[in-house]
Amino acid sequence: MLQLENLEVYYGSIRALNGINIRVELGEIVTMIGANGAGKSTMIRAISGLIRPRSGKVFFENEDITTVPPHQLVEMGICQSPEGRRIFANMTVRENLELGGYVHHRNKRQIREDYDRVLSLFPRIKDRLNQSAGTLSGGEQQMLAIGRALMSRPRLLMLDEPSLGLAPIMVRQIFDILQDINQQGVTILLVEQNAWQALRIAQRGYVLETGSVVMENDTQSLLADEGVKNAYLGE
Amino acid sequence: MRIFIQQLIFGIQLGSLYALIALGYTMVYGVLSLINFAHGDVYMVGAYIGFYACTYWLPFQRISADPHAAVMNIVLAVVVLLLSMLMCGALGVVIERFAYRPLRNGLGITDAHFWGFALSLPVAFHFHLFHKVSDGAGRFLFGIMWFLLIGVIVGYALRPVIRWISLRTVLSPSRLNALITAIGVSLLLENGGWLVFGPNPEFIGTMVPEKNFKILGGVIINSSQLAILVISLILMLILRHIVLHTRTGKAMRAISHDIEAAKMMGINTDKVISVTFAIGGALAGAGGMMVGVLTHVQITPLFGLLPGIKAFVAAVIGGPGNIPGAVLGGIIMGVAEAFVGGSSFSTYRDAIAFTILIIILLVRPAGLLGRNVAEKV
Ligand SMILES: Nc1ncnc2c1ncn2[C@@H]1O[C@H](COP(=O)(O)OP(=O)(O)OP(=O)(O)O)[C@@H](O)[C@H]1O
Ligand SMILES: [Mg+2]
Repeated sequence: MLQLENLEVYYGSIRALNGINIRVELGEIVTMIGANGAGKSTMIRAISGLIRPRSGKVFFENEDITTVPPHQLVEMGICQSPEGRRIFANMTVRENLELGGYVHHRNKRQIREDYDRVLSLFPRIKDRLNQSAGTLSGGEQQMLAIGRALMSRPRLLMLDEPSLGLAPIMVRQIFDILQDINQQGVTILLVEQNAWQALRIAQRGYVLETGSVVMENDTQSLLADEGVKNAYLGE
Repeated sequence: MRIFIQQLIFGIQLGSLYALIALGYTMVYGVLSLINFAHGDVYMVGAYIGFYACTYWLPFQRISADPHAAVMNIVLAVVVLLLSMLMCGALGVVIERFAYRPLRNGLGITDAHFWGFALSLPVAFHFHLFHKVSDGAGRFLFGIMWFLLIGVIVGYALRPVIRWISLRTVLSPSRLNALITAIGVSLLLENGGWLVFGPNPEFIGTMVPEKNFKILGGVIINSSQLAILVISLILMLILRHIVLHTRTGKAMRAISHDIEAAKMMGINTDKVISVTFAIGGALAGAGGMMVGVLTHVQITPLFGLLPGIKAFVAAVIGGPGNIPGAVLGGIIMGVAEAFVGGSSFSTYRDAIAFTILIIILLVRPAGLLGRNVAEKV
């Protein structure tokens, strides 16, 4: 479904990704783990068209999308829930969700359905619809960010560190919901530092180190790997 | 007391004009964090469009005793208002598209054609290609055709140059670049104004009937003042509706909060930014037209400078990026100016704007309605 071919991204003269290759198949949950500054967010930003790669290509459903502008990618079915949530803090929760469904404005019924679906996935934000989004707790904001991304009815949902700053119980809750979302037919690319939780729900994983993919395997093998255990699972 | 209220009404009328211009500054600042210094000159163009429409383009009648002509003229004046808003809105869009957008996204190949026409303009002036319609429709059209032809040829010739430049530039969007560009566009419009409109001040005569109404305690309110107040209020209410309740308005607010997050939602940010410039331009155009047609001031190509600066000050006082703030700031500016102008310190009339600015920025650095955090709108 998604394929990166030798993707190279620079910030000025600093190379953040040195030619990475990854693929995500339809219906999978794939995770990318890596330490701070490994280039995980850079990869997501490059896929979403927010930053142009110096070289390499991005394919979505066998179509070259390397130079497609971000708003068209959302229309094509790629959406991300960004690092740090980036909700629209001075707008209400409801307005945030409406903006998530921005590209589907002509299809009122679909928006209504997605709205109900998101609220049933995240009952906690249902009671806070008219509250300004900045007043939500961190966990609620994360739910809102994921819900907002779901409103665009993505076929590929990318999440950049959804566990950031959340209590372990909250993380588990959110990751369970991600699994539900996946079962409803959404392919997921999950970027995480919380390797335990990510590997728990994913089928396959990649390990990124200073801009290069150093390991790629199914989650069982990654969980059993000594290097991964030492570096990312804290054993 | 009567004089006090009289000056207050004048101040609010003046202030609502400042507010209309300030809204354009503040909306653009909201979405792009850019001070669009060319905005005051868009207001100037609005006044000139009012002038040309009233004197040449539309069949205004002399208002004598004929009540029929008076009604007709009022209808025509509304048409002039809409025309001025439309053309200034378009000018705002053009300025954004060709001056500010390349700074954000880099030069595109279509920019070549704009520069083609822009470079052909001085050539056309040099060879006296532009004629007045009154010189004969044939000559007029012939000149335009030549200009268009040269523009298209130069545009195609520029395509490889633009491609060459765009492949070799690394975008480093900086506030300073945008600011210098804005000043450049402003100078371009002012000096272009000398060229196109001529250096002589223009003046729009009485186009619509004027009446004085006596309200309580002998205070007089003029029909033109009333018209300015009512039209400004209507435009502000329309703007409020757009920003709060339409899809584009929500997109604008999203962009002003976090433009990248807005892109992630599938918002075509370039398009929404264009709409923002269109709305800002239209409001300035309405202001310029009303000043020209209803208050009979002299119009010159530099006439947007001072109101532009005062409106900018109004936007800063209210809190840049804050829409109600711009309206409040504009009214404060206008009222203060009216009172100082009506007192024995009347020579300080223009200085008062900056005095207020300094005081308010000392007390509330983020503006009256601005938040003290690094956040817009
Ligand atoms: N805007 C930028 N300008 C310059 N360098 C940047 C920029 N953004 C990221 N980098 C650099 O690129 C590298 C990769 O950053 P990136 O944000 O992709 O890491 P990450 O894997 O997401 O890290 P984290 O887990 O901390 O979020 C880092 O070395 C970072 O310093
Ligand atoms: Mg990151």
